[in-house]
Amino acid sequence: MNRWGMSTQQRRAYERVRGGRSFGAGAKAAVLGLVLAIAGFAFTVRLGRAETSVLDPAGPRAARIAELWWVMFALGIAVFVVVMGLLLVAIFRGKRGSDTEERGPFTGTGFVALGGAVIPFLILMIVFGATLWTLIALAEPEGPPGLTIEVAGHQFWWEVRYPDQDVVTANEIHIPTGQPVELKLIGADVIHSLWVPQLSGKLDLIPGKTNTLWLEADEPGEYRGQCAEFCGIQHAHMAFLVIAQPPNEFAEWLDAQREPSDEPAPDSVVERGEQIFLGSACVYCHTVRGTNASGELGPDLTHLASRRTLAAGTLENNLGNLAGWIVDPQSIKPGNKMPATNLGSEELQDLLAYLMSLR
Amino acid sequence: MAAIPAIQTLTRTWQRPAGIIGWLSQVNHKAVATRFVVTALVFFVLAGIGALTMRVQLAQPNLNVLTPNAYNQLFTMHGTTMMFLFAIPVLEGVGMYLVPLMIGARDMAFPRLNAFGYWVFLLAGVSLYISPFFGNAPDGGWFNYPPLTSEDYSPGIGIDFWTTSITFLEIAALVAAVELIVTIFKLRAPGMSLNRVPLFVWAILVTSFMIVFAMPTVMLASVFLALDRMIGTHFFDVAAGGDPLLWQHLFWIFGHPEVYIILVPALGIISTIVSTFARRPNAAYTLVVLSLVSIGFLSFGLWVHHMFTTGLPWLGMSFFAAASMMVTLPSGIQVFSWIATLWGTRPRLATPMLWILGFFFIFVLGGISGVMVGSIPFDEQVHDTYFVVAHFHYVLIGGAVFPLFGGIYYWFPKVTGRLLSGTLGKWSFWLTFIGFNTTFLPMHLTGFWGMPRRYYTYPTELGVGDLNLLSTVGAFLVATGFGLTFVNMFASFRNGAEAGPNPWGAGTLEWSVPSPPPPYNFQVIPAVDNRFPLWGPAQRGPAPDVGTAAVSGVALEPEAERRVTAGTELLDADLDAKLVLAGPSIWPLLLAIAVGTIFLGALVSLWFVPVGAVLSYIAAIGWLWPRKTEWDE
Repeated sequence: MNRWGMSTQQRRAYERVRGGRSFGAGAKAAVLGLVLAIAGFAFTVRLGRAETSVLDPAGPRAARIAELWWVMFALGIAVFVVVMGLLLVAIFRGKRGSDTEERGPFTGTGFVALGGAVIPFLILMIVFGATLWTLIALAEPEGPPGLTIEVAGHQFWWEVRYPDQDVVTANEIHIPTGQPVELKLIGADVIHSLWVPQLSGKLDLIPGKTNTLWLEADEPGEYRGQCAEFCGIQHAHMAFLVIAQPPNEFAEWLDAQREPSDEPAPDSVVERGEQIFLGSACVYCHTVRGTNASGELGPDLTHLASRRTLAAGTLENNLGNLAGWIVDPQSIKPGNKMPATNLGSEELQDLLAYLMSLR
Repeated sequence: MAAIPAIQTLTRTWQRPAGIIGWLSQVNHKAVATRFVVTALVFFVLAGIGALTMRVQLAQPNLNVLTPNAYNQLFTMHGTTMMFLFAIPVLEGVGMYLVPLMIGARDMAFPRLNAFGYWVFLLAGVSLYISPFFGNAPDGGWFNYPPLTSEDYSPGIGIDFWTTSITFLEIAALVAAVELIVTIFKLRAPGMSLNRVPLFVWAILVTSFMIVFAMPTVMLASVFLALDRMIGTHFFDVAAGGDPLLWQHLFWIFGHPEVYIILVPALGIISTIVSTFARRPNAAYTLVVLSLVSIGFLSFGLWVHHMFTTGLPWLGMSFFAAASMMVTLPSGIQVFSWIATLWGTRPRLATPMLWILGFFFIFVLGGISGVMVGSIPFDEQVHDTYFVVAHFHYVLIGGAVFPLFGGIYYWFPKVTGRLLSGTLGKWSFWLTFIGFNTTFLPMHLTGFWGMPRRYYTYPTELGVGDLNLLSTVGAFLVATGFGLTFVNMFASFRNGAEAGPNPWGAGTLEWSVPSPPPPYNFQVIPAVDNRFPLWGPAQRGPAPDVGTAAVSGVALEPEAERRVTAGTELLDADLDAKLVLAGPSIWPLLLAIAVGTIFLGALVSLWFVPVGAVLSYIAAIGWLWPRKTEWDE
């Protein structure tokens, strides 16, 4: 029996189990593999073309948060390097089998308290200070918001209202650049969460509670947003666009959207299409201002053709996609609330002509 | 000191009755704990297969491997299984196996309760998994937020399975916790005062208290939701004055401590393995114990950081941000205690140690991203994105699964008497470690680039296809890595090298008994005068010639073939009483079935609730019916 209380045979087995004293060739290969994986990762990052990145802010809100991230990232990397460095030194320096007393200086309660609590506390004070600083900056915009927009989250689309301008649209939030706007977030059925990574962090839309979020875009552009709180079967297809326009263009857009739909020319394709629309089940769910269609379950279609996307960012808005969506919405977005519409091909052409006329 | 009891008498008294009824009546802590661990590992594999399936669906944009319905059920079952059916039961199982051995007891304080807990766990787990045959599996996420999970928006039976099974299941977690607390407080070996309790046992003690306070809130919440759905109450119904945020508060008051309930036992495993391989006692023992306790307290003050995007007032939220960052400090104490313990010792890099080093790398990264998500404005960006998915897999897989696998390599020889293969172990570790980082490191970026969680697919123009493909490849590496350990376990169970009582030269009591331990654990209840009784004088390395029989102690002869162990005082562990523990019984199983009738029967008809209650009452009488021998005294 040796000092471990093992027979020689057990000892040999044990040596087999614990392996060599260094990492060994297999381990070196593994480290190489890890390095390759990280290199591959870096390569991917360079190749990637992210359309919407938190790290590519386009407004003051997201910019503040990105700054906070870089501060925390730098501190985090420093902490990681120091802790891993200490660990490696702890493991690989020193004499094997040396006695407790000979094992170096950093072993007492003082070291543990200093490294484990005191220094981390100081670092956390910096992080918490930066957090509060950012939080206060984000609480109120620099100037009073010039515009209030109500956004209601539905399974699985966004209703967007400009109450003071009398405008209703869906899945698109138009805002003027260079000024803060206020979004009133309304939960219409289940909980959703509104998130435009390049403009702002997310805020939930909760039934029975109206949350308020301000945002601002520096430059004109289209910024993709999406639902970030699991809201059911089609949570993945509940996107929208924030379209930032120079103030004058934005005013024109508001004026155009405020108008009811145009009266179709008599005996035209469009007029036939309107009759088909008004005579179908469409009107139970959709509104077209200027007609008798006044359903409120689905998006307002008064200016459908002016919008960029269909089915809450699922499809580009064009004739072919619109046809597909009307005929078979359940295979495009299974489980959404829109039923298929059964129409002859001629009727469908007329209906499409009408819908595409709703500019 | 009485004469040393004969092994034959002890064996006769402690062995389980023969036959299938005997197997079902088994109450011994090692057998029950093994069942817990094996069952939990089966659930781990099932949830892992679910994860792989989801990764295939997400490998590229717009794939149709899974329908949205299937995907939503899969991620719900993945989270629910990993949190409720794997992490807690497996760690409680490890605790149940080791605690009596580490503190010098012959069994847990309430062996029948132990068995009851297992049967409840098994029934509740199986009921979740048979839900697809009755319509659909739960699909509201493991967090199950109303109003989405209300009758209006989720009319199927899946959510009902979730609410009833989870409530039922938590009974198992609660009874295990209560009995671990009593065992640790009252059944320690004479002389094992609280300041000599092994750190793993401290960790289990803290965890058990956390379970006692955390689980009732999730049971309460899920009962509320079940009532809303089944009999039309309005706890979460806005139209009738209810509040969906009430659910979130109740759920996360449970849900955040839950994370630490999973982490804390793992911290205990690490402290144990680190001191064994450093061949020295843990540095700053008292600080480490205090930090474990303070993690227990602090973890109940963090829940709002799961709700930073619900629009609560920011001043109130900032207190929770501060608390979320504070909890880093006790974790920091742990990490630096391990570094100090290892300092200058040139530890042997055996397989258990490799998993612990892997833990360090991953857990420190997860801790750092954890501080980040505790920062409210930053959390508003990354909340419910893949950044958070990356963060909590770093914390949970790095923080709990890596130490658990280290623990498997460390204690498998004790449980089976066989060593696991070191070569397979190293392959398993490196594949898992590399695969893990390949899967989850890119996810931080996937989140930054705008991919929210719980999306069954994503558009090409989001630009995250490559990152997702990388994650999918990594996931298969992880699965292969874990799989190798399972292969290792199967192969070594029969053909592994003989382990002997103490293959690692460890210092705690479980290594003083043969491997595998006899049903009565200790022939003689050991007497303890320091933290590492198998090592030489305190603060020294292992002493020579420590054999199985070298530990002196209290001999407790079975009286009239009853199971006796030492009862000791809470603080100083002075010998207090000779305790008689309950023996095998079929009633725990019958009671579990009767209580199951209440919960699972409610899915069919509410009439099963009173029927199950009456059956439970009868089963409890059967359980407590006095045996004839006990009347004699």
